[in-house]
Amino acid sequence: MPQVTLSVNGKSHTVDIEGRTLLVELLREKLRLTGTHVGCDTSQCGACVVHIDGESVKSCTTLAAMCEGASVTTIEGLAKADGTLHPMQEAFREYHALQCGFCTPGMVMSAVDLVQKHPEGLSELEIREGLEGNLCRCTGYHNIVKAIAAAAEVMHGKRETIAAAAQ
Amino acid sequence: MNAILPFEGIGASVKRKEDLRFLSGRGQYVDDINRPGQVYAWILRSQYAHARIVSIDTTAAAAMPGVIAVFTSADMAGIGGIPCGWQIHNKDGTPMAEPKHPVLAEGKLRHVGDPVAVVIAETRSQARDAGEAIALEVEALPAVTGTTEALAAGAPRVHDDIAGNLCYDWHIGDKSMTDAAFARAEHRVAFETTNNRLIANAMEPRSAVGDYDTTTGEHTLFTTSQNPHVIRLLMGAFVLNIPESKLRVVAPDVGGGFGSKIYHYAEEAIVTWAAAKLGRPVKWTADRTESFMSDAHGRDHVTRAELALDKEGTFLGLRVHTQANMGAYLSTFAPCVPTYLYATLLAGVYSTPAIYAEVKAVFTHTVPVDAYRGAGRPEATYLLERLVDVAAKQCGFDRIELRRRNFIATDAFPYQTPVALEYDSGDYFSTLNQALETSGWAGFEARRAEAAKRGKLRGIGISTYLEACGIAPSAVVGSLGARAGLYEVGTIRVHPTGSITVLTGAHSHGQGHETTFAQLVCDKLGVPVAQVDIVHGDTGKVPFGMGTYGSRSLAVGGSAMEKAMDKIIAKGKRIAAHLMEAAVEDIEFDRGTFRVAGTDKTKVLAEISLAAYVPHNYPIDEIEPGLEETAFYDPKNFTYPGGCHIAEVEIEKETGKVSLINFTAVDDVGRVINPMIVEGQVQGGVAQGVGQALMENCVYDAAGQLISASMMDYAMPRADDLAPVSVATHVTLCTHNPLGVKGCGEVGAIGSPPAVINAVVDALRDYGVTHVEMPATAPKIWSIIHGSTL
Amino acid sequence: MYDFTYTKPSSIADAAKLLAADPDAKFISGGQTLLPALKHRLNRPTTVVDLTGIAEMRGIRREGNSLVIGALTRHAEVATSAEVKAAIPALAEMASNIGDTQVRNRGTLGGSVANNDPAADYPAAVLGLGATVVTSSREIPADEFFLGMFTTALEPDELLVAIRFPIPEKAGYAKMRNPASRYVMAGAFVSRGPQGIRVAINGAGPCVFRQADMEAALAGAWSADAVAGVKQDADGLNGDIHGSAEYRAHLVTVMAKRAVVAAG
Repeated sequence: MPQVTLSVNGKSHTVDIEGRTLLVELLREKLRLTGTHVGCDTSQCGACVVHIDGESVKSCTTLAAMCEGASVTTIEGLAKADGTLHPMQEAFREYHALQCGFCTPGMVMSAVDLVQKHPEGLSELEIREGLEGNLCRCTGYHNIVKAIAAAAEVMHGKRETIAAAAQ
Repeated sequence: MNAILPFEGIGASVKRKEDLRFLSGRGQYVDDINRPGQVYAWILRSQYAHARIVSIDTTAAAAMPGVIAVFTSADMAGIGGIPCGWQIHNKDGTPMAEPKHPVLAEGKLRHVGDPVAVVIAETRSQARDAGEAIALEVEALPAVTGTTEALAAGAPRVHDDIAGNLCYDWHIGDKSMTDAAFARAEHRVAFETTNNRLIANAMEPRSAVGDYDTTTGEHTLFTTSQNPHVIRLLMGAFVLNIPESKLRVVAPDVGGGFGSKIYHYAEEAIVTWAAAKLGRPVKWTADRTESFMSDAHGRDHVTRAELALDKEGTFLGLRVHTQANMGAYLSTFAPCVPTYLYATLLAGVYSTPAIYAEVKAVFTHTVPVDAYRGAGRPEATYLLERLVDVAAKQCGFDRIELRRRNFIATDAFPYQTPVALEYDSGDYFSTLNQALETSGWAGFEARRAEAAKRGKLRGIGISTYLEACGIAPSAVVGSLGARAGLYEVGTIRVHPTGSITVLTGAHSHGQGHETTFAQLVCDKLGVPVAQVDIVHGDTGKVPFGMGTYGSRSLAVGGSAMEKAMDKIIAKGKRIAAHLMEAAVEDIEFDRGTFRVAGTDKTKVLAEISLAAYVPHNYPIDEIEPGLEETAFYDPKNFTYPGGCHIAEVEIEKETGKVSLINFTAVDDVGRVINPMIVEGQVQGGVAQGVGQALMENCVYDAAGQLISASMMDYAMPRADDLAPVSVATHVTLCTHNPLGVKGCGEVGAIGSPPAVINAVVDALRDYGVTHVEMPATAPKIWSIIHGSTL
Repeated sequence: MYDFTYTKPSSIADAAKLLAADPDAKFISGGQTLLPALKHRLNRPTTVVDLTGIAEMRGIRREGNSLVIGALTRHAEVATSAEVKAAIPALAEMASNIGDTQVRNRGTLGGSVANNDPAADYPAAVLGLGATVVTSSREIPADEFFLGMFTTALEPDELLVAIRFPIPEKAGYAKMRNPASRYVMAGAFVSRGPQGIRVAINGAGPCVFRQADMEAALAGAWSADAVAGVKQDADGLNGDIHGSAEYRAHLVTVMAKRAVVAAG
């Protein structure tokens, strides 16, 4: 059986796979990292978004075999080891940007990439457009947009804390 | 101690307790659950809308790698059909037609997606690989998918023994009184509309894991359900014949429902049955394509309505004729949606004295249709609020003034409508006025003129709606055909050192119950939210419950908790009286502290609970040790949230594309426990309502194929399709439940579609348009603008 | 999806050999189109040949009056490349609006062009700029490359290696997206440059095509007004639940106007 060796959340794994194994299957079924979700089969919903080498990708549309040597970050690896939440996670909580939580891991991972790619800041419209690859059925997105704007301020050092950005 | 507590009680925007696990990837959804030795089910589904099964040969599939078993209906002899939970009676008093809904198809296939056979294999991929090796031979038959078409003479029959595909022909209201109102009316306004068929598309696809303990004979089903006790009842009693004591149903974290996860589905029975048959846990998870053809769909009404008005615009009468699509089989609550959740709402916020409605429910070769966020009330609201706008335009009344003229007066409550309901409270004038002001209604024409300079057609639309939540009381719904009670259950378990576990029959799948319910306990018993844990979704832990739908959780489930807390306080007072050597009548309780009235003698709840569990100094002859109480709450009436929604849209003339610019919601949801969560619920509901109005449409072709069968063709609203939604509340209290709450889960989806379409029609006011059907897509609007008949 | 053998050659020659040896093999680079198709079992390759290890298919470089972009270049790289932004800003702009961020982080130029989905963006740029498709064995002008729905001039064992885009004086792109899939309902890529005046239409028909009447109109006067009066014939265009052929025909004119405005 083919194998792939990759780093997930800073830890190296060598995993038996089939040629057809998707990255999301490797994460959920082989490594039991079930925070990454599958919400569709047409690459539309973004519940499966993870980072490969720092960039957001849809793990349901990525072959595991193509991740040889890759560094993958999932929602489980976003907070610090001591449990301190990433500013994006904190902002989602502060702004009630999640309800059922199913789209949330993918939404957060996409949002982190979006903010990292825009050190100059993001307008509301840019945030909305930047979420094109993620569907949420619960929130109507409004609070997600607000959370990302606040997290961006903290991630880019314009505010100390999410609470300060929420003022 | 109490100094910080009020901030977590009723009215505080407490951050959600459930968020940490969801944000860190530690939610436990059904597909995240893996049982030792688990195998996987894949379901072969009909690709035909209508066909007779000639033969099914599973031999080749059974021989494929990893395959453990292949089952068809022939293997499931003795298994019952999937039951329907509501029986409607025809005008003549006879019961509705209720065809068998087999778990796996028996003889005929009746819709694309109808389950035919199931393959169980060691891996998901192996199960699917083998599924393709099943040889299914069928004789394709003509199909009918359209609601009106199915009722036409000569339409293909969905069930051989049901003539005309008619499920029921039902009515409500006083026909002769309504006819008389029309006879004397100055104005008669007619309106026809189709309420588009929708797919809930909760982001988590349905999933089920069956497990069986051979030593105890106990079955466990993990399932994506809004109401695990209801599934236990329906599946245990009617399908698999398993007593409740041997069947545990767990609905863990569930990724959204919106109605689609209320119902008992075939896959739940399949995995439960197969797990016992094979002695291995069996998991099934839908892929999204499967969800489109197997989750119950929503709405799909065709309606003709007429409104009678006098010279001044006072509504005299309303006549409604609706045809409702049931799909191929009756889903759990399908029959009540276009009747008791729809026609009873046709008074809306208006004092129309005479209303008569007829509803024909019809079988078609489509996926079963059942409740989707709002369930019946969005259909009624859409019809009424469009009709009022059409009437205003046709008769020359101002659309706001026409509404005001006909509102039920604020001092007229309780108000008995001509269609069975008695509204307990409301203030439609205030929600209207507040929304007009917030939306800047008065300044709209200037914004329209400014938009015109940019080549855009701007429109504003309003909807003044009412809905009914917390469907009840049990005795009444029973007389109307419900086959279950509609109460709720709450247990308050005060632990020895004063922390609290609440067991509730309501189920949270996004609503934030773990926070809101903890706030109720905090507010009443004075225990910090962090020390109150809410347990739900497990029939093995929670005594009983009817689950979450129809915005009932707080109004019914919260009220049960209130009653259970009353019992805790009553018992606590007896313990406190004993400890403080006072009379029970002299003990006062306020947020965690028992006090001897007029003294400074107090005991806090934790002291009382400790005494209850360590009953050394305790009135043991009078009361039992322990501090745990359960209450069943059966509501006295529905609750009636209402309010006003205002939408502003712009249409790009060149393409016909409609953009939502802003949205104002002022809702009366009764007492607000957590404003942050209420606002979120309204925003999410509005997003779904805007989706229905502008984007979403479930389409079948004439042959019965589902055209909008994936997210590639079913347009789901994304962040850039929506606009900021301003949410405010104006509270009148529900008068008949202890919390004064009404419900907030569905108001957004109920009030918003007509507001949006009214805005679209307003934007097109120069084009002579009286109506635009949902969804108002770009090509539809473009064809209007260009006078084309495309 | 059906199982297959995965292999990752490191040279064009090796990749071509693999394909020549196995008619049921498929190339993959970003996989953003191939994998969804495989997941729905629309395709049953025996071998999936991963091209991403082939260094010679990478890179963005200026060659005289052309911009050469390697087939493995991801949409996000094109969108953010200073070289592309300077030479053909319309191309960078187009790339920045393909699919969504995650698609752009994986999807590649070569994959999109070789697949020739009628609703994809890149074919419009390739045809609209009069680019040349450089393959493992030859060079194919854009006008001869796109043959029909999901069909190109590529031979089964021929690899798309790079695309050479002539640098135009002006170019612009506009599209209207399908509200569900977000693929192109109708789009227009217009340019004026070494390849003359070109108008390429995507999304509306079964394959990207040039709109000769609009090209003639723009030759008369380079302005949005010039194309505004040119109607697209609806015959042969796509029609579905998201828009009739007539609607798409109308959109072609609207998008062409917008593309001209964007081009300046």
